[in-house]
Amino acid sequence: MQIQPILAALKRHKAGTFLIALQIALTLAIVCNALFIIQQRVERISRSTGMIETDLMAIQNMWVGLSDENASEPLIKADLQVLRQLPGVQDALATNSYPLRGGGWSTGVRLNPEMKKPAAQTTQYFVDDHALATMGAKLIAGRNFRPDEVVAIDPKKFQFSPTVMVTKALSDKLFPGSSALGKQIYLSDGTPPSTVVGIVERLQVPWKGGFADNFEANSTLLPVQLTGNFTTYLIRSKPGQLASVLKAAPEALFKANRMRVLPSERGVRSFAMVRQDAYKSDRGMAILMGIICVVLLGITAAGIVGLTSFWVGQRRKQIGVRRALGATKNDILTYFLTENLLIGLGGVLVGALLAMGMNLWLMKQFEMARLSPLYVITGVIVLLLLGQGSVLAPAMRAARVPPVEATRSV
Amino acid sequence: MFGYYLDLALRSLRRNKMLTALMVVAIALGIGASMTTLTVLHVLSGDPLPGKSATLFYPQLDPRDSDGYVPGKMPMEQVTWIDGMNLLKSKRGDRQALMSGGDVPIQPDQSGMDPFFADARFTSADFFPMFNAPFLYGRPWSEAEDNSKARVVVIGRELNAKLYGDKDSTGQVLRMQDTAFRIVGVLDDWRPNPHFYDLNMGNYSDSEQVFVPLSTSRDLRFEHNGSMNCWGKGGSDDDHLETSTCVWLQFWVQLNSPAKAAAYEEYLTHYSQEQKALGRFQRPPNVRLPSLMQWMDINKVVPGDVRLQAFLAFGFLLVCLVNTVGLMLAKFMRRSAELGVRRALGASRRALFAQLLVESGVIGLSGGLGGLLLALLGLWLVRHQPSDYAQLAHLDASMLLITFLLAVGATLLAGLLPAWRACQITPALQLKSN
Repeated sequence: MQIQPILAALKRHKAGTFLIALQIALTLAIVCNALFIIQQRVERISRSTGMIETDLMAIQNMWVGLSDENASEPLIKADLQVLRQLPGVQDALATNSYPLRGGGWSTGVRLNPEMKKPAAQTTQYFVDDHALATMGAKLIAGRNFRPDEVVAIDPKKFQFSPTVMVTKALSDKLFPGSSALGKQIYLSDGTPPSTVVGIVERLQVPWKGGFADNFEANSTLLPVQLTGNFTTYLIRSKPGQLASVLKAAPEALFKANRMRVLPSERGVRSFAMVRQDAYKSDRGMAILMGIICVVLLGITAAGIVGLTSFWVGQRRKQIGVRRALGATKNDILTYFLTENLLIGLGGVLVGALLAMGMNLWLMKQFEMARLSPLYVITGVIVLLLLGQGSVLAPAMRAARVPPVEATRSV
Repeated sequence: MFGYYLDLALRSLRRNKMLTALMVVAIALGIGASMTTLTVLHVLSGDPLPGKSATLFYPQLDPRDSDGYVPGKMPMEQVTWIDGMNLLKSKRGDRQALMSGGDVPIQPDQSGMDPFFADARFTSADFFPMFNAPFLYGRPWSEAEDNSKARVVVIGRELNAKLYGDKDSTGQVLRMQDTAFRIVGVLDDWRPNPHFYDLNMGNYSDSEQVFVPLSTSRDLRFEHNGSMNCWGKGGSDDDHLETSTCVWLQFWVQLNSPAKAAAYEEYLTHYSQEQKALGRFQRPPNVRLPSLMQWMDINKVVPGDVRLQAFLAFGFLLVCLVNTVGLMLAKFMRRSAELGVRRALGASRRALFAQLLVESGVIGLSGGLGGLLLALLGLWLVRHQPSDYAQLAHLDASMLLITFLLAVGATLLAGLLPAWRACQITPALQLKSN
């Protein structure tokens, strides 16, 4: 296949050639970055919370008409008793927050009181000895809290807890190369240290992104039952009985005590709903990017078909002459395929640079990660194949031009 | 002549329906996508108080100890009780208000109504006139009531409708956390966007339904909400919030002229120096006085995702336009023969150019119309998203106009190159070869 005559022909169609190449370049740049955004969102959505999420549900409870902040202590105790005895319930837990809830406590961890800057950031889950069983989190070293360790404290008066459990991620961050088990950490200024008694394999923080991205698995569990106006219950049903517990649990709570409000929005949710709510915007963004990619590729393909069809129509006479002079149908077909490949190569070359430039700009503007070259290579291949696919129909029509066309109207 | 060109354009467009449809659909998709995202961006980056926002400022101080001091870093984003009260009482601005968010349990007298929680704002008297909060009934509370920790409350229209059926409820008694409050005012529907005066509550959240004097809320130990940032050795427990080394309050000031703003910034520096001399502040004076819109920018109120979507949508529109230029070029060049005949019969280049531009204008207009429908559909989809700004996404008159100008302008621009190229033909050559 000679390239020379193709280039010579393209020189006579500078504007059209340039436009197709430009369209391919722009499409490549946008599709690469959109695919990359999709991948980042999907990766975020598929992160594990560290809990066993089936048969798990959450209830948001607000107490009304309490005389003071400590008045909720016996109420929470009674609630837990009701919930744990409910048929279909395996275990239940009162906590301040849970993974993907969206709000919670965060604090800096220091290894000694003199440290000016915290060694790591962590979230604090105030729980009791039922936490691991209810959440389905895995203890990989040390021990769980003992029931007699758990104390009830007004959230506004909380100072420190003598024992804590931490996640492996936090342990690794605080003590690289060794384990936090048995060591002492400081969770706030001017308080005595807390001893780490257990290491949990993984437990995500309540926030799903943004400022929490650099400590997404740094969690600390404290054997403290927070009193106050707000309590969150996590409930694990017996396998397969979640649907009935979702109905029965709030009813049982209201039967035990009416001095409460379960917000109509997000008051009672299965964990599947929690996850869906938490990642709704990420999923939406990924879907939107997917649609943009598909439509963009479709439009580019249609554009190539349109312009090549026009070129074929314009060159019918020349094709006829070539055919009359002995060119085979195959020669004509390869001619158009090669022509498209050349334009496509020019386009993707510029497009790859554009994609990386666009990524650099996005990194500055939207704190995105660096685009992996794999996406650019994939994009290049996809667009070249797309070009060849779209040019096929018009090229085959060109190949069918009979040699007799050469004799017409000359 | 225009009518004739229009007729020619329609004939030509009808001749190749697929190509025409492709061009119109491409433009419609591009316009629809960019208008949807642009409208959301426009709504979200809007001015919450048009005409007033330029006179509102958010003073920032740096009362922290010298631990972790880095020169030039941003001062605290909120103020302590002591500083807030000092600034409030000094009355250096035209108006000023100190505030915090909160939650209050409401215990309705109405039978059959369960107690419930309502979002509340604990603030001082100037809040209402300073932020142009519209009163449906009654009035704001006075400074004297601020000072006397009066049990007075202003409620929102929504709460008023729920408890009193939208009737004038001023003078009635509302029980909150076992205390009787006298309703002094009812606000009309009011939802500044963004929720600028306290971004901790969510950038686009609803306005609160309960407004109580800040002094009263502290007196009754109402639950306050929002972010609290402490330093040093002091605790942050609720009983000592007035003296603790924690920032948890928002302070806003109204300054009606740039000269007053400059003077106020000077006053803040002076105040910091004074506090440092007293030993309360340890860092060198570090004060800022962002205006309302600057404060929105500093806090990156518009979500990054929304800006990203708008950016990508415009990239999408660009590809659609390049696509249309290519197709239009092909279409016009194909008609060289016809155009050659017109030229030979005496039509000027300018006339040909006008004819071709009319044709691209028709495509632009139909594409724009399609884009508008798609934008309406897109916005409808956005409104059904769970985000707190979803319900704000509506097309207003200015955005409608922009859509149309964008559609027609873009297509005319896209038609320029092909039309110009098509006009360059030599009539003789075209006639000969046919």
